[in-house]
This record gives sequence, structure tokens and C-alpha cells, in this order.
Amino acid sequence: MLNPSILEKLQQISGKDHVLTDKADLICYSYDATQRQFLPDVVVHPADADEISRIMQLANAEKIPVFPRGAGTGFTGGSVPVAGGIVLGLSRLDRILEIDEENLVATIEPGVVTEDFQKTVEKVGLFYPPDPASLKVSTMGGNVAECAGGPRCVKYGVTKDYIIGLEIVTPTGDIIKTGGPTMKGVVGYDLTKLICGSEGTLAIMTKIVVKLLPKPEAKKTMLVMFSSIDGAAQAVSAIIRGKIIPTTLEFLDARTLECVRNATDLDVPEAAQAVLLIEVDGDREFLDGQTRKISAIVQPLGVVETRIAETPEESEALWQVRRSISASLRQVNPDKYNEDICVPRSRVPDMIRKIEAIADKYNIPIVNYGHAGDGNIHVNIMVDNAVPGEQEKAEKAIVEVFEGTLELGGTMSGEHGVGIMKAPFLNMELQDNVIDYMKTIKKALDPNNILNPGKIFPSDVRAH
Amino acid sequence: MAKLKKLADYRDEIEQCVKCGGCRAYCPAFGAEKHEGRVARGKIALADSLLKGDVELEEKFLLDMSQCLLCGSCYSQCPNKVHTEDIVAATRREIAERKGLSTFGKGVGTILKHQGVMNLLAKGGGAFSKLLFKKVPEQSGLRLRFPAPFITKDRTLPPLTAKPFRERHPERIPGEAGKPTVLFFTGCGINYMYPDSGEALLKALKFIGVNIIIPKAQACCGLPAVSAGAADTVESLAADNLKVFQQYQYDYIVTACASCHSGLTQIYPGMGDEFDPYKDKVRDIFVFLVEQGFAEKLSELPKAENPIRVTYHDPCHLRNHGITKEPRAILKALPQVDFAEMEAAGTCCGLGGTYSVYHYDTSKKIGAKKAGFIAASGAALVATDCPGCIMQLQDSLNHAGEKQQVVHILDLVAEALP
Repeated sequence: MLNPSILEKLQQISGKDHVLTDKADLICYSYDATQRQFLPDVVVHPADADEISRIMQLANAEKIPVFPRGAGTGFTGGSVPVAGGIVLGLSRLDRILEIDEENLVATIEPGVVTEDFQKTVEKVGLFYPPDPASLKVSTMGGNVAECAGGPRCVKYGVTKDYIIGLEIVTPTGDIIKTGGPTMKGVVGYDLTKLICGSEGTLAIMTKIVVKLLPKPEAKKTMLVMFSSIDGAAQAVSAIIRGKIIPTTLEFLDARTLECVRNATDLDVPEAAQAVLLIEVDGDREFLDGQTRKISAIVQPLGVVETRIAETPEESEALWQVRRSISASLRQVNPDKYNEDICVPRSRVPDMIRKIEAIADKYNIPIVNYGHAGDGNIHVNIMVDNAVPGEQEKAEKAIVEVFEGTLELGGTMSGEHGVGIMKAPFLNMELQDNVIDYMKTIKKALDPNNILNPGKIFPSDVRAH
Repeated sequence: MAKLKKLADYRDEIEQCVKCGGCRAYCPAFGAEKHEGRVARGKIALADSLLKGDVELEEKFLLDMSQCLLCGSCYSQCPNKVHTEDIVAATRREIAERKGLSTFGKGVGTILKHQGVMNLLAKGGGAFSKLLFKKVPEQSGLRLRFPAPFITKDRTLPPLTAKPFRERHPERIPGEAGKPTVLFFTGCGINYMYPDSGEALLKALKFIGVNIIIPKAQACCGLPAVSAGAADTVESLAADNLKVFQQYQYDYIVTACASCHSGLTQIYPGMGDEFDPYKDKVRDIFVFLVEQGFAEKLSELPKAENPIRVTYHDPCHLRNHGITKEPRAILKALPQVDFAEMEAAGTCCGLGGTYSVYHYDTSKKIGAKKAGFIAASGAALVATDCPGCIMQLQDSLNHAGEKQQVVHILDLVAEALP
């Protein structure tokens, strides 16, 4: 509970209506998609950078932790207020400030919903590619803070590849600009890239300068079913060796397909043990050639069936197989540990084999799907936490999945970040001197450790 | 008597929410006011906290629970298919049980149970209506169904009929031998406000020769009372209707109101197995007509030379049950209609039972969006299949200064039939 004089100051800064302290309000800003719940002391919805600056100055003076929040859709707890204090909701900063069609650059505020931004730029023939699964609700601020990915990243890269400038409020309350609207810029450190993916621990974004592309004229979707995961994995390498980079190269493993078969009436033959969902984009006249070329490349690799969509409706039907996964998994077991490891793309089959061995060892279902094109596998360990011992088994399995990933030269997280969920495992992947280097930066910029504490680095911040 | 479930009965359903936040893209109330307490995920967290005793029935809790249209837009897009609309309704009942009904509108409960009073009030309303601005008297009986805060000088409401629909017709209207028999569940909207749509339905049913039963004793489906958290009212209305369903011999129960359809197919079956023999007999009128080959019959009628452009609004309570194709099939088959799909046809109109009573400002914001989509479709008429939606859409269009008229699809059907 904050003392009343601090609340009064917050009200003076942002107005009474935007400072929430009722229990019901606090509950509504206590969680994200990790389902971990921590009650803040107060929720503030500031109007602009100036208010945020004053809030940070107050927070430093009073040593109150501040937790920036977008839509609260993260998978690692990046926005949850693990130490109470202030939840700083950025939903009022939701304007698209400028779309510069001559320079292919847009300037937006962090509360803009990703899909709204995409639709807006697409109306003038432009394109913002990163497409995290949450794009209908997640905000650009959250996407930048976590460096969000998505299926299209195999061809187009991730969020940080499109962020060229920022206006931020520093942890100590200064308002500064990093980068800018130019395609090049090497004066000083690249602070923009440092902040992308820093999980809200180094800065609160108030403006985001985004690089845009011309919108591709058309896209074409195909679904290829393989008799083995090896065939599918070889197909990924073969396609890329064939100098084709599809927009999307998603895979579903045998256990995922089993879930989809059991939970939906989608037509997925039993013989299919792995599926690739492939999309190519570009000028319409080239697309048929590309899908033909892909079909020819993958044909020798144990193809059971190939479906190529000729209309947007057919394309949607193919995507349905991928989109139905999330709900289908619930049929297996009620609780899901959702990891998003990333290995070099040629090592995907090795990784799947390792995961299958782990699943057998602990006798728990592990379902894998994801972005084969960039080696990013969504590993879903399905358990029932109500059954004694299941949770412990899942936790052991996760450690082994991480060990296997690192052995293959991979990383524990391709998209979701560390947050609180992966913090205990950080030193499995990063050497102590690397963690020290990062902590030195954090400490220098946030001497009171009040901006999103308890995230990324293992810490002694205790849960409420 | 069949009972509604308690909030505690929804514990498993609440657990199904994984807090992904996907509902934020579809909730009309959240779209109008971007507060997490408006959206399904927040409400489920609050209901969960209430069950765990972590939160009291404080003012903000009540506000958040009142800020739900029960439209089920969240459910229709939820990856785990969590029925937030049921959880919110159960939470409202829990609130009513602990704090009394006043929180969500006591008037709803008292008046819906008394059909005689409703009839009387409707008659009074019809007589008064000509004298007053915006057609509806502030003294109108529907003030009790739509209590005081609902009736403002600002709002367009339809006139109340002097003679309710069910009083105009005998209980049985025989059709051709060998044709099925349908029980017409009129609902309050058609009985008291839009009797012409009821007449239109009779014309369509007579055209295909079916036998019709219009039970005089049928009661309100109870959906406004579900919205108000008035469990006793819902249960007693359901019991009255159950008696009606048991009393006659028929093949189908036909509704021409999305809310009634939802009451009969979702609310009642959730209350116990007494309704099992009837739930599969319930048909939305357009589903029934399509099954009976009515679209083909319409297509045989001579086409109009200058068809009128019509768009369709999906009532939430049909969309949630997957009924989207049949109303369109009938519209497209009409000889005088040039059908045009609008953007976001499936988004809520903003009425939401008692929602619009207590949150007219937000309701208007939601309605304004919808009015924009309707105007952009280029249609002269917007047709739908729910008296509540008709009322709200017309109000929204009038506020937006748009010239489109809202009609029941049945009105267009009657116009086309010889």
C-alpha cells in the first residue's frame, strides 16, 4: 500500500481518473498470458512522455518499482508487477503520428495495436511484416520491448529489424531520443537496438520510429504433408538451399497433428507425420513458379500430399490447420508449459528427436510446432498440474529441453523473452561475464533498480 | 423447477481462461473504453477473485460486471471457448443474491413476470405515443422493461402497439394436411413493439402451408432478466414456458428474435434436463424456412426492376450459435433485394440487454461504429433478425444522422410474397 501523499502526487501528475487503486482495478492489471498474478499498489495511465518522466522522478525519489504494461499478452511475465508498486499502463499513448510515404517511415506511440498499425499502413500500399500470433491485441510498445517475431520473420526478420528510432523516458526520468528516421546512422552507440528486446527494463518507450516496406502484391499458400519429420526438416533446408525464402515456413510435428486430428474435423491423413505450411509472396506472376519449384524440391522427401490454395478462402482453410493447434492442445492435458527455443534451422530434426526422447523419459506428452524456417520451435509440455508429481516432471523436462537446445548451438527463447519465467535458467545460456556486462548496463541506467525489477536476471524480488 | 447454475458451478469454465487476452480484439465494451475490467479476461479474473474471497463487491467490481453486453463476441473467438457471457450472468446473479436486485435493475424482474401488466402498459403506450417526441412516451410501460434510465429524450424507440400480436390471432391457425406444425414463440419484442414482423412471419408460414400454434400463455424468454441477474425471474419464466411447451403437439418451435432463440437453446438447456425434449425442436425462423425450401420458392418470384440495396447485421445471439448463412440466404433470394455485405456485420450493435440501460454513452459509442459500417455499405436498408438489434441500430443511425432504415428480414419477406 502506497502512502497517501504519493498517491496524491500521482493524481496531480496524471489526473484522478487515471490513477486506480480499487482492488477490482488492481486485479485487472495483475496478470499476463503466463497466468502468474501479482497485485500492484496502483495502476496509472499517463497521457504522455512528460507525465511518465514525472512519474519516474517520483518513483526514484520514493524508491517505488514501476512496471510498464501494454496489452499484457506476454508469455514470460514481462509486464507483471512482481514487486507491487506502480503498473504504468500505456494504453492512452495509442496514436499513429505520421506515415511518411516518401521515406517509408512511420512514427507511432507504443499503445498502438500491431494489427491496427499494419492495416493502416497497408491502406497506402505499405507493409510492416512482424506478425506475432497476438498481433490483433498486442501493442507495438510490447512488441518492441520483447522484440516480437512471428511466422513471416523467416523472410522479413524480427521487430528490431524495423525499429530505427525511439523516444524514451529513461529509468531516472529523462526524455531522450535514440536513432531517427534515416535508413543509416552510426553516430554513437545503437541505443535503439539495445532497447529493442530489453523487456521494459531499460526504458519506457513513448514514440517508435518504424521502417516500412512496399506491400507485396500477392501471396500464395501451400500445405505439404510428409511421412516423417526428417523429410519435412530436410525440405526446409532444401527449399532454402534452392534460393527460395518463403514468407512463412511453419511446421507441425506428429504429436501436434494427432491433437489436430482428435480435436477438429480438419482433413489430415494418418500417413502425414509432419506438415509444412508454406507461404510465398511477391509479384503475382512469380508465385505460381515459386510454388511449382518448391513442390519439385520437396517431392523426393516423402511427400504424402500437397495442397496449394488458389483462392483466399482456400488459403484460409490451409491456415486453419495451424490456427487450430492452440485449442486442440487443451484436449491433451489442461496445463501447458510453452517454451520457444530456437536452433540453427538445419538442427530442427535433431532437436525434435531430443525432445521426443525427453517426452518418453518422463512419460509426458510434448507437442512441437512452430517456425521451421528459422529454427524456432514452440515446445509445449502438456501436463495436469492437479496430478501430484506432474509439475515437477514438467520442470525437469524443461531443463533438459534447454540443455538439448544449447548443445545444438541454440537459444532458450526465440521470441518470448526471459521475463520471470526463464530468469532461473539464464545462466544455463549466458556466461557469468555476459550477465555481468548486462547487469552493469542495467545498474548504470537504473541505479535504484525501479524499472521492471525482477525480470531477466534471477533476483530475490519476492512475489506478493 | 429448473434452476440456473451458480457462479461456483463455473469454476472449471473460469479455469479454462489462459489469460491470452485475445478477447481484447473482439469485446465491444473494451473497444469503447480501453480498461481491462471491461474485457472478458478481466471479468474472469474478477469472478475468480470473488470465488476465492479475494475481492469484495465493491463499486468498481459492480461497474466492471455491469459493463458487459453478454454478446458472446469473446466466446466466439476464444481459443478455449470460454463462455464469459455465462460467467458474467452468473456473477450478476451472485451479486443480486448478496446485495439485492437493485444493482442491475429491479424493474426488469417485477414486470416481466406479469403478462397482464405488460399488455396493459403496451396498450397505454400505443395511445400515448403520437403525442410525444421521439415516438415513445416517458410514461410508457416499457419503462419497466427498460427502466427509467433507459428512456431518455435522446433515444429513438419504436411505438408500442395498441393491440399486442398474440391478442390478434387465434391460438391455432391450421395449414395444409401433412405439413409440419410449428409453435411460434413470439417474444416480447414482436408481441409489443414490432407486431408487423409477427404478421410477416405468419404470412411466410401460411405461404408454405404449415400449421401454426401461437400459445397465449407463453411468457418472456427471460433473457433481459438473465442480463439483470434476476435468477428467480428467469427460473419462473422458464417454468411457465416449459408448461407451454408441454401442452401442445408440434414439430418445431420457431423464433424470430435472436435473444429468444438464445434463451430457448442456451439458457434453458443449461438449467436442467427438463428442456431436453424441446431444445432440438427450436429453430430460428430463417433456419426453418431454408430447411423447408423457402429460398428456392422466393427465387421463383419475378425479380424487381429496381432492387433496393440491403445489408445484414448478425445478431450476436445467432452468430454465437453459428446461424449466419440462413438469414443471408433468404435475403439474397428476395426478388426486390440487392444484397450487399457490410464490414464487421458480426459485431455487436451495443444494446446488450440491460447494458444499454445503464451505459447508454458506451452503448452509443458501440452503436456509432456500427452505424459507420452500415453507411459505408451503401445500403438503403439494414435487415436483421432481432427486435432488440432493430431498436438499437435505428437509434444509432439516427444519432449518426444516417438515412438508413432498419427492418426485420421478415418485413421484406412479407413485402415480396403475393
